[in-house]
Amino acid sequence: MLLMKMIRSDKPGAWLLAILLVVSIVVPVLNLLVPENSAFHLSTYTVTLLGKYLTYALLALAADLVWGYLGILTLGHAAFFALGGYAMGMYLMRQIGERGVYGDPVLPDFMVFLNWQELPWFWYGFDQFWFAALMVIVVPGILAYVFGYLAFRSRVTGVYLSIITQAMTYALMLAFFRNEMGFGGNNGLTDFKDILGFDLRADSTRIALFLASAAALAIGYVLSRIIVSSRLGLASVAIRDAESRSRFIGYRVENIKLWVFVFSAVMAGVAGALYVPQVGIINPGEFSPLNSIELLIWVAIGGRGTLYGAIIGAMLVNYSKTYFTAALPEVWLYALGALFILVTLYLPKGIVGLRNMRKEKA
Amino acid sequence: MKAMQILREFSRRDRVFDFLVKAMPPELDVSHNIILYLEGLNKSFDGFKAINDLNLYIETGELRCIIGPNGAGKSTMMDIITGKTRPDTGQAWFGQRLNLLEMDEPEIAEAGIGRKFQKPTVFENLTVSQNLELAMSQDKRVWPLLVARLNAEQRELIDEVLTIIGLNALAVDLAGKLSHGQKQWLEIGMLLMQKPALLLVDEPVAGMTHQEMERTAELLTSLAGKHTVIVVEHDMDFVRSIARKVTVLHQGSVLAEGSMAEVQSDPRVIEVYLGE
Amino acid sequence: MLVFLITTPMKKSIFLLFLFFFMGYSLQAVASEVSENDSLQAAWKVLSDKNYNKKAKAIEFIAQQNPPEAVPAIKAMLEGQLYYSRRGKELYFLREIEGNYEFTPLFDGEPIIQKKKRGFKKVKINNRLRSLIRQLLAVIRLDNEDANIRLAAVQDLLKNPGIEAAGRVKNAIEKETDDRVITSMQTLLAVIQLESGDETEQLSAIETLSQSLNSSAMNALSDYQPPTEALKNAAQSAIKKINDKRDLYAKAETVFFGLSLGSVLALSAIGLAITFGVMGVINMAHGELMMIGAYTTYVVQLLMPNNIGASILVAIPAAFIVAGLVGIAIERSVIRHLYGRPLETLLATFGVSLVLQQTVRTIFSPLNRSVETPQWMSGAWQINEVLALTWNRLYIILFCLAVFAALIMVMKKTTLGLQVRAVSQNRTMARAMGVRSTWVDALTFGLGSGIAGLAGVALSLLTNVGPNLGQAYIIDSFMVVVFGGVGNLWGTLVAGMSLGVINKLLEPWAGAVLAKILVLIFIILFIQKRPKGLFPQRGRAAED
Repeated sequence: MLLMKMIRSDKPGAWLLAILLVVSIVVPVLNLLVPENSAFHLSTYTVTLLGKYLTYALLALAADLVWGYLGILTLGHAAFFALGGYAMGMYLMRQIGERGVYGDPVLPDFMVFLNWQELPWFWYGFDQFWFAALMVIVVPGILAYVFGYLAFRSRVTGVYLSIITQAMTYALMLAFFRNEMGFGGNNGLTDFKDILGFDLRADSTRIALFLASAAALAIGYVLSRIIVSSRLGLASVAIRDAESRSRFIGYRVENIKLWVFVFSAVMAGVAGALYVPQVGIINPGEFSPLNSIELLIWVAIGGRGTLYGAIIGAMLVNYSKTYFTAALPEVWLYALGALFILVTLYLPKGIVGLRNMRKEKA
Repeated sequence: MKAMQILREFSRRDRVFDFLVKAMPPELDVSHNIILYLEGLNKSFDGFKAINDLNLYIETGELRCIIGPNGAGKSTMMDIITGKTRPDTGQAWFGQRLNLLEMDEPEIAEAGIGRKFQKPTVFENLTVSQNLELAMSQDKRVWPLLVARLNAEQRELIDEVLTIIGLNALAVDLAGKLSHGQKQWLEIGMLLMQKPALLLVDEPVAGMTHQEMERTAELLTSLAGKHTVIVVEHDMDFVRSIARKVTVLHQGSVLAEGSMAEVQSDPRVIEVYLGE
Repeated sequence: MLVFLITTPMKKSIFLLFLFFFMGYSLQAVASEVSENDSLQAAWKVLSDKNYNKKAKAIEFIAQQNPPEAVPAIKAMLEGQLYYSRRGKELYFLREIEGNYEFTPLFDGEPIIQKKKRGFKKVKINNRLRSLIRQLLAVIRLDNEDANIRLAAVQDLLKNPGIEAAGRVKNAIEKETDDRVITSMQTLLAVIQLESGDETEQLSAIETLSQSLNSSAMNALSDYQPPTEALKNAAQSAIKKINDKRDLYAKAETVFFGLSLGSVLALSAIGLAITFGVMGVINMAHGELMMIGAYTTYVVQLLMPNNIGASILVAIPAAFIVAGLVGIAIERSVIRHLYGRPLETLLATFGVSLVLQQTVRTIFSPLNRSVETPQWMSGAWQINEVLALTWNRLYIILFCLAVFAALIMVMKKTTLGLQVRAVSQNRTMARAMGVRSTWVDALTFGLGSGIAGLAGVALSLLTNVGPNLGQAYIIDSFMVVVFGGVGNLWGTLVAGMSLGVINKLLEPWAGAVLAKILVLIFIILFIQKRPKGLFPQRGRAAED
């Protein structure tokens, strides 16, 4: 009922959900049922690539929720993505079991290599999928809660907030690079074998992960849309545009910011958890400040404060990134840099804004 | 003992999981017929004394005008009442029970003090009716906000206020598109939605045409009685048209108080303000 | 003379005695054998003997007499190039010349050249003799004219002190004029006396040693077996005193390291403090401007390869100008359109930083380059035996302070500084007063960028110059500015220095990476507590 009403009032969103549905039917068919020699066959590589884009889109959506609607320019959202990824990676790591290089039934290879005798306490429970899945939500959520609680309560805003979010992800990156942390150091977690008993290299598993990513994106979009179209969403926009004014009419700015921020972090964590089994590795590089900033450009190019814009932006930029880094690797950073400059200067509302502008003129 | 206190403070459910506890609106007690007490307030910025031993009492239902030259401390006083600035010393009580100095902006707003700023600040990316909806007196914690839907009563209230401020036709337009005067009106409308016991109105007629000014005067006068209204204004004609009691601020403290006529004849006031 | 030497009490001789008896000799017999002849000539002859103890006595005797041949002969022995003829037992120096062996007699005579070493035997030495020889060589050098050589001789002796040297050292102290040499000679003497002196001598030796920071003095004290309780206490308190002093100097060194790191931080943050603090512009390309400064230094060195020393001095203005011009270009082309939109500025300048990085990769290749440290910046300033301050770090601290002082002068005394402050406080008002604010913006940004270039010069001397140089410092720089309080240049300096020191103080305890993480967490928490930094701008305007 609510969903139907929402879809009616959000045309682009409806389109988006429809496309996701179609893709979720067409992609498995093209991959699994169409024979490999046919021109319509979709390779598993492409399916995985598309699945990866979907998780990026979910991450962009999470960033747009806080940036576009609350005005929090977070330079650390990749940290939540990476934490979700690590939680999933730890589960996958423990699924390897005796098939590792050293054949230890409990300890992952890197721990054997470092001469560790026992599993560290924070690795307990990750042999259970439900526990890992819970951690995918809880760990980014708790970090976001603690960080947000401190930051929003002391009214750290704007650029200052951006800088300390950046410091947060930078500190996490340095920490995860340390071998002593117990997360595989420099190399991170990799060499995964299977998930829930299914072989990660099998086409059907890849398809399942792709479908899970599409579903997560759809659910994430619907939940985000519900939030932004509720009175909470109105209050968020009010806070974004005139924070102290919202305080004077009685809104607890810090609480609103905090809970939306936590929700967004959890979405980013889920995106990371879906990303890791598809790409097969998670390492501290995912925490790098560059990643966090790069995802903002996806949002900016698509058009922030629209939700669907972030998804379009993430898809477009990542497709071009895949294309350019293969075809013209030197050009990619120039192109990305130029995108940052041109979009902020000439396209402040992104591609979506471009379309809306044309509509208004007509 | 201190650890216990910290623990208790930390585990205050209304602070941590604020959506879990029921709304407990702080009670406003005006049994002595005084709604606002400001006593012995002092505030200085880098050695400049913006407020200097200020004492001010506002009766319930009063319409009080506060005048004074630039730098007399009018804005700082408003800031202290609404929790934006903390005084160095002194007391500020809302009714008998509510200590304003222990509350922050949202708490003060929820307790029933509304403020209209000198420079109109409406939420420009929301529509006029959304602005009013946000300002409405309601449960403003996270979860209730997420599930809140406008009911018939609230819709009526919004329509009512739209009629009062004359923006009925513009209800679904973005507030950013309104003219300056219309924004002032919308802000007064937002104040009305808040149903505050005490209204602080900072220069309500700045930049208004004469007709607009007259309507504003009418509106504010009609509000008094139901609400208590404090108006800070430069425009003497406007003050004369609405004022029953006027307070003159000078160098951070009260210079004179009384009816407009009394104040105007006060030699000290003439010297510092009116005589110019 | 020799008799005295032999009868001197000596730990090692206990071992020797045992050996001697075992071999059927008596120490007295050896002594009498040498003393009978009592001449250098005989001593030289003994060198061809197979018995190491005899040789030791002979060498000591020769060194005591110190004839002109002594030092070259003993040195040659140490290097295995002293030979003797099988027949006449005459001593020869060996030199290899194009596959032939040249034997030069120690005393007068023609050199003998032959294909093989036939007819000659090496004067063999063992480890004990080797250390004896070194010691004797050092003792001989105590009389050298060059104070530095004398000092080095004392240092050598401290590593390998022998009681035989006591008399020579005492004599040497009396003749000595150089203070440094006297101090270390006294330490040496104390070390010897600690082992061999009587009780009062030992006590005064402990007293002397407690003043010293030399590690040999410390070793001597810890090896020391005090014969009485009083001496034991004295020795213990001396050890404590030395340790305390060493700790103090170690702390001083840590603080120095901290200050030099802090200078780098402050230097890289000062430019940012101007663009971010004074103008309110978030320049994510700041690190890349530092990188440009570093590459400018590299290029200047390439252009003047024969004059590395001066190249740094040339690079300073060059880096300032190049980075400043690039900064002005960025301001004119991008930032100008984004004033008042800090978050957009942040993203756009980040784009600029990517482009600059990639440009550098295209021009200079992605590999790291290194800038050569000039002669006058290498080495260290040895304050005492444990505290040495490296010149390059010292220069960087001075450089940072100089840049800062210059900047304060510019801001306080020049028209540009006045206009910058005016524009930053009230743009419209400044414009109304006739300040060309666009011009001021460009120049201010250029100034901040130029200072980033200067920081790049300093960085190029510390680390490799590469395209990622800037990225590594940008977060730190922001931290420093925010920690110090935005818009406050002094705050930036204090913040940079204190963060540097905190980092270095944490390092021995937590390790470099963890120290950095802790500092980051500290700043994150600090900003929550005091969002306006250490030295906030006060006043009513700042409250909004």
